[in-house]
Amino acid sequence: MTASTADHPTRRDFLFVATGATAAVGGVAALWPFISQMNPDASTIAAGAPIEVDLTPVAEGQDIKVFWRGKPIYISHRTKKQVEEVRAVPVSSLPDPATDQSRTKDGHEQWLVVIGICTHLGCIPIAHEGNYDGFFCPCHGSQYDASGRVRQGPAPLNLPVPPYQFVSDTKIQIG
Amino acid sequence: MSGPSSYQPSHPALKWFEQRLPIIGLVHSSFIAYPTPRNLNYWWTFGAILSMMLGVQILTGVILAMHYTPHADLAFKSVELIVRDVNYGWLLRNMHACGASMFFLAVYIHMFRGLYYGSYKAPREVLWILGVIIYLLMMATGFMGYVLPWGQMSFWGATVITNLFSAVPYFGESIVTLLWGGYSVGNPTLNRFFALHYLLPFLIAGVVVLHVWALHVAGQNNPAGVEPKTEKDMVPFTPYATIKDFFGVTCFLIFYSWFIFYMPNYLGEADNYIPANPAVTPAHIVPEWYYLPFYAILRSIPNKLAGVVAMFAAIIVLVFLPWLDSAKTRSNKYRPLGKQFFWIFFVVCIGLGYLGAQPPEGVYVVLGRILTVLYFAYFLIVLPLLARIEKPRPLPNSIADDVLAKSGRAAPMVSAIVAIVAAASLFAGSMGEARASEGTEMPPSAKWSFAGPFGKFDRGAVQRGLKIYKEVCSNCHSLNYVAFRNLAEPGGPGYTPAQAAAFAAEYKIKDGPNDAGDMFERPGRPADYFPAPFPNEQAARASNGGAAPPDLSLIAKARSYKRGFPWFLIDFFTQFQEQGPNYINALLQGYEDNPPHGVTIPEGSYYNKYFPGNAIKMPKPLSDGQVTFDDGSPTTVAQYAHDVSTFLMWTAEPHMEARKRLGYQVFVFLIIFAGLMYFTKKRVWAAAH
Repeated sequence: MTASTADHPTRRDFLFVATGATAAVGGVAALWPFISQMNPDASTIAAGAPIEVDLTPVAEGQDIKVFWRGKPIYISHRTKKQVEEVRAVPVSSLPDPATDQSRTKDGHEQWLVVIGICTHLGCIPIAHEGNYDGFFCPCHGSQYDASGRVRQGPAPLNLPVPPYQFVSDTKIQIG
Repeated sequence: MSGPSSYQPSHPALKWFEQRLPIIGLVHSSFIAYPTPRNLNYWWTFGAILSMMLGVQILTGVILAMHYTPHADLAFKSVELIVRDVNYGWLLRNMHACGASMFFLAVYIHMFRGLYYGSYKAPREVLWILGVIIYLLMMATGFMGYVLPWGQMSFWGATVITNLFSAVPYFGESIVTLLWGGYSVGNPTLNRFFALHYLLPFLIAGVVVLHVWALHVAGQNNPAGVEPKTEKDMVPFTPYATIKDFFGVTCFLIFYSWFIFYMPNYLGEADNYIPANPAVTPAHIVPEWYYLPFYAILRSIPNKLAGVVAMFAAIIVLVFLPWLDSAKTRSNKYRPLGKQFFWIFFVVCIGLGYLGAQPPEGVYVVLGRILTVLYFAYFLIVLPLLARIEKPRPLPNSIADDVLAKSGRAAPMVSAIVAIVAAASLFAGSMGEARASEGTEMPPSAKWSFAGPFGKFDRGAVQRGLKIYKEVCSNCHSLNYVAFRNLAEPGGPGYTPAQAAAFAAEYKIKDGPNDAGDMFERPGRPADYFPAPFPNEQAARASNGGAAPPDLSLIAKARSYKRGFPWFLIDFFTQFQEQGPNYINALLQGYEDNPPHGVTIPEGSYYNKYFPGNAIKMPKPLSDGQVTFDDGSPTTVAQYAHDVSTFLMWTAEPHMEARKRLGYQVFVFLIIFAGLMYFTKKRVWAAAH
């Protein structure tokens, strides 16, 4: 009663393989919408457009926190002392070597713009805390300097710098 | 599920596992080795089709729930955002909404099949009753699902159906308050309906397991209605039934896809694209097509309590069917009288469905009462009586004999398919029929570039329509669901992102609060939505003589008109669904300075021959030469009306082109696949015939 097709390849085998293959292709293609819908929708993407931030109210030594794409962005107006300190550190001694110059914009070295999310497990570090006059993460004790570079603790990487540019001396566009 | 398994695993790991949890053996004995009668026809594939539909509904439903907001103020908008913004959201929503109708269509075919072939008779009574329970759960689930988009029909459907329980003596009002969680249908109602709509499908799945279990204990009935005697009567479930079911499922998917990709709103109500408004009931309330026969029974009884009792009794009577019909012969193939009465009953059900969509007046009420009596008479008089007086034709000796005898007789099947397709479209179309409006002319059908299976929006027309909206309509009408970024999306007016951004920047958008806590105005960005001309509905009313101008985002889907017989049948095949644009187009050109003799228009209203009731609060909005075009198109009212209708069709369904394009691809695939399945099925069955 059961159809045995294993003995010798025939046209019947070809038909069965073709049908099975078509079903498999269709099934996989049909999965795509169900996966794709999980990605950010069009309104979320549109809401993630660049934002502009006015820097005039931020005095030297102060910092502000703004949100872009749901992430807190620290904008620090660093003091001369802070800038000198972070630029004096030998880069090779850092866990994630990077110069302060590569993390700031030329001519605007007093401004530090970083995504305020600890690279360990995503908590938000506190500014002006810790041993390096930078950021201190209260969750697991990671410490960052005034350039947002990790100096101590379990965090593997520096605080990331978001894409941004100065549209004027007192205004930046993030994104 | 049918006794000890014959499954003998050879691999030691499988053996080890099987001794501890014999689940592979269970699947093997239930779906592979399980013997199935070899004379089953395609009506038996509806069990597999229903399993697939339950799976599709649960899968798409869980996904829609990830994007949906069950709150009275946000539900309608969240559904629109699913359709507009979520990747393939339009597809998932269409699959789910049309899927409900397909699920019910399949379950009705499944039930009528059981009725015709006597599948409810001993030893399958419990199987049948479990089926009735599934059907009841489906009705509850379908009803609550229809409430979730929170449109006008959702809201008023919820109000009417929950009010059925107010017919209960003494406790009625308390029960209804309990169901609502308030003094009227509102946010608590929506929330609990959402929770239950999510829960019930899993209960259905559970009862389906019992249903299949009972089926595998009693064994399947078959068209001959005789019990299998020898092995020659049977074939193993796999590959025979599996491949046949797959072929049936594929054909059903083609039918289903026609709705998903080409007629997504054919089975729906235009009024449900109007957000729920507790102050206004739609002119004609009709439930979804699958409830119409019972709705007709409800309405044909003039007493409130008796009507509700009759409606529920019409379903509950099915539970007693195995004992009401005590005839020994199962299949109506061998019951000359039973067969005739079955088809009469079928027509009665279709008739009730038709009447359920008609206004409850005049001849419809009388007909409804007659058919209600006939419906109950079939169960309570005809079937018990036939069991005593009918002389059945001789039954075949065995299933194998039946297979040999009937080779080459497929005609009844074809005619039954035709009858059912016609009946289904009659049901569907009859909803449109219900929308009668006296003294109003039917809008003429205009020619639209976006009509038909390959329709695309005329970019120029959408752009001109946008200009007209901006310069004229937007003074009173909002466009709440359309964002400036949409102007640059594929399938729309075809602007570049830069053009859309520049267009947005011309608008002043209210934003804030700023650091000082103040609201401020800034130029629009692509992510912003078109600003509304009035800050709230009250302001809109106050400025427009008491009638708030409706939001235009969905107007092309929220307006429709009755097409009448036989047009709604033809529309199904021609994919006609341009009632909305036809109506807008006609309305904008339908103003007449002097109403016809005998028609009086109240102060502050204007005569429009296409507006229901003819008295419209909107003054004639467009006149020749009012808006100038850069592309040299004529600046006439006819051109304006055409362009603005095209634009509004696009705002109502920005992904229409994607829908039709994907539909084309799906159809090519499904037709090829169905062909392959057909030949594969023939090859597999060649060994059994």
